[in-house]
Amino acid sequence: MSDLQTQMDLEQQGVLFTTINKLYNWGRRSSVWPMQFGLACCAIEMIAAAASRYDISRFGSELFRASPRQADVMIVAGTVTKKMVPQVVRLFNQMPEPRYVISMGACATSGGPFRDGYNVVRGVDLYVPVDVYIPGCPPRPEALLHSLMTLQAQIDVQALQQVRWYGDDEGVVNEFPIPVFGAEGLEVAGIPGTADPVGGTPKMPPFVSPALGGKGERDASIKALEGNQPKPMLRAGTVTIEEVGHGIAG
Amino acid sequence: MLKTEELQINIGPQHPSTHGVFRMLVTVDGETLVDLKPVFGYLHRNHEQLGEVNTYLQNMPFTDRLDYFNSMVNNHAYARTVETLAGVEVPERAQYIRVIMDELSRILNHATAMGFMLGDMGAWQTALLWGMREREKILDMFEYVSGARMMCNYCRFGGVVRDIDDWFITELKKLMQGLPHYFDDFEGLLLNSEILLARARNIGVLPKELALAYSVTGPVLRGSGVAYDIRKAEPYAVYDRFKFKVPVGTVGDVYDRFLVRIAEMRESYKILEQALEQLPDATGGFINPKVKQQSLKAPAGEAYARVESPKGELGFYVVSDGTGSAYRYKVRAPSFINLSALADMCKGYTIADVVVILGSIDIVMGEVDR
Repeated sequence: MSDLQTQMDLEQQGVLFTTINKLYNWGRRSSVWPMQFGLACCAIEMIAAAASRYDISRFGSELFRASPRQADVMIVAGTVTKKMVPQVVRLFNQMPEPRYVISMGACATSGGPFRDGYNVVRGVDLYVPVDVYIPGCPPRPEALLHSLMTLQAQIDVQALQQVRWYGDDEGVVNEFPIPVFGAEGLEVAGIPGTADPVGGTPKMPPFVSPALGGKGERDASIKALEGNQPKPMLRAGTVTIEEVGHGIAG
Repeated sequence: MLKTEELQINIGPQHPSTHGVFRMLVTVDGETLVDLKPVFGYLHRNHEQLGEVNTYLQNMPFTDRLDYFNSMVNNHAYARTVETLAGVEVPERAQYIRVIMDELSRILNHATAMGFMLGDMGAWQTALLWGMREREKILDMFEYVSGARMMCNYCRFGGVVRDIDDWFITELKKLMQGLPHYFDDFEGLLLNSEILLARARNIGVLPKELALAYSVTGPVLRGSGVAYDIRKAEPYAVYDRFKFKVPVGTVGDVYDRFLVRIAEMRESYKILEQALEQLPDATGGFINPKVKQQSLKAPAGEAYARVESPKGELGFYVVSDGTGSAYRYKVRAPSFINLSALADMCKGYTIADVVVILGSIDIVMGEVDR
């Protein structure tokens, strides 16, 4: 008989076994408090997820905290612009460990439909490490609930002995550099030149979250978004478009 | 007289009551507000620049993301502008479908906006959840016709992308049965609460002259007592065929704006009833088949078309140089212009009233910053 089977048999008779890790993770996974922080369209779907139909409190996340000091997860819900990203990083720095980031929607993940714009950050993971990405524009509330369950699964496998927020602080990034607006775009400490120029591609690799195997640092193995240059903007008059009908009929 | 010192407080951009990423620099003397400086631009997504690069059709989904509560109305306004520019005719059935979607959007927008406003006043959760409940019902209808909950991308030049069917009409009638009861309940939330009345009456007064000077539109203007509604002043689509009233306030305070919105929801309900009754059958089609959507080229010139969005006058201005994309593209966003009156509405009231007054203007930052 396997250990799991023995444990299940004993649990039926009222004897409960657990480990400190399980208890610790169970307590944390069941009350992931998000920060009340909406950026754009996705924030409305985030509110919809918190409202009665989708009811995020079934997953223990109904307490939206207005202060980052009381929050466990930052749901980046919407387009992060170059004017807003210093505030986003500052808010993340103010959150206590353990802290997580959910990047909700296409804009927060990659810039989304506004990616080619001069004022839009191409993914919030260039500035803070992201644990869960949600596709969609905007994602449905169900997708947000699924991301929460994914985050809970990530919390479940964390072990007290290995988590970064206890013990010595060596090699742990706690403060992320807050970008400042320079002459040509956003400048980030530690990145030479203009890190995120207005109208150009970012000159830095994204952060990789500890939950995804990184150390909360920029992943040097990812080339700084090479081959990801935006296409030169063409005026539509110079492009030939093949007409296939008047949209979707019927 | 005791000498006091003025204090400057920063509200936002991350604040639960600023309805998005809006920042206010507030100067207070004690609790009384002396000055307010709004700071915009935290959600500037270069909408107008993208509009000058995209083809006319490619820009349609971007208009969804301006005022993300009312993507249907945004689509309608943009489609109307390009139709004016390119001289496209719209079948009658499509006009009726657009009107139905616009009025559903209006109910949706007012329900949630007033829910947020009551939430700002301290009626935490109840009002907002009631608004969100009605929103979900209406979003189900939008999802059925367009395939998306929020970003509908529903209008096309010369019509709409899909026809509505019998199921839609049956479900819409079912939905409408519950609406009058909801309006009464929602109105009662404010009118039966002494605390909310004290926080709404004579707060944030915007006099008629000032409202006109700021060119404020929508429920904010009508709350100040000006019966100006584009559906009446310059009837577009088929609005001249419906009987409805334009509700106006008397004082121009938060209370009036709330009542105007409730009354507008009731009028929208009346329009919906008439539109469903008059809806022509499908023989005329729901889209103009002659229009080449993807390679639409507008003749050189300019056009401005406007609709009565739930927030006010929403207008698009497009200049064409004869190619397949706009040469210049400008959005007249109602939230942005209504928001410019905020400082004058707030002066002299307490700092706790600022969030209530802001909630009563009903802004969406996607439209303000674009």
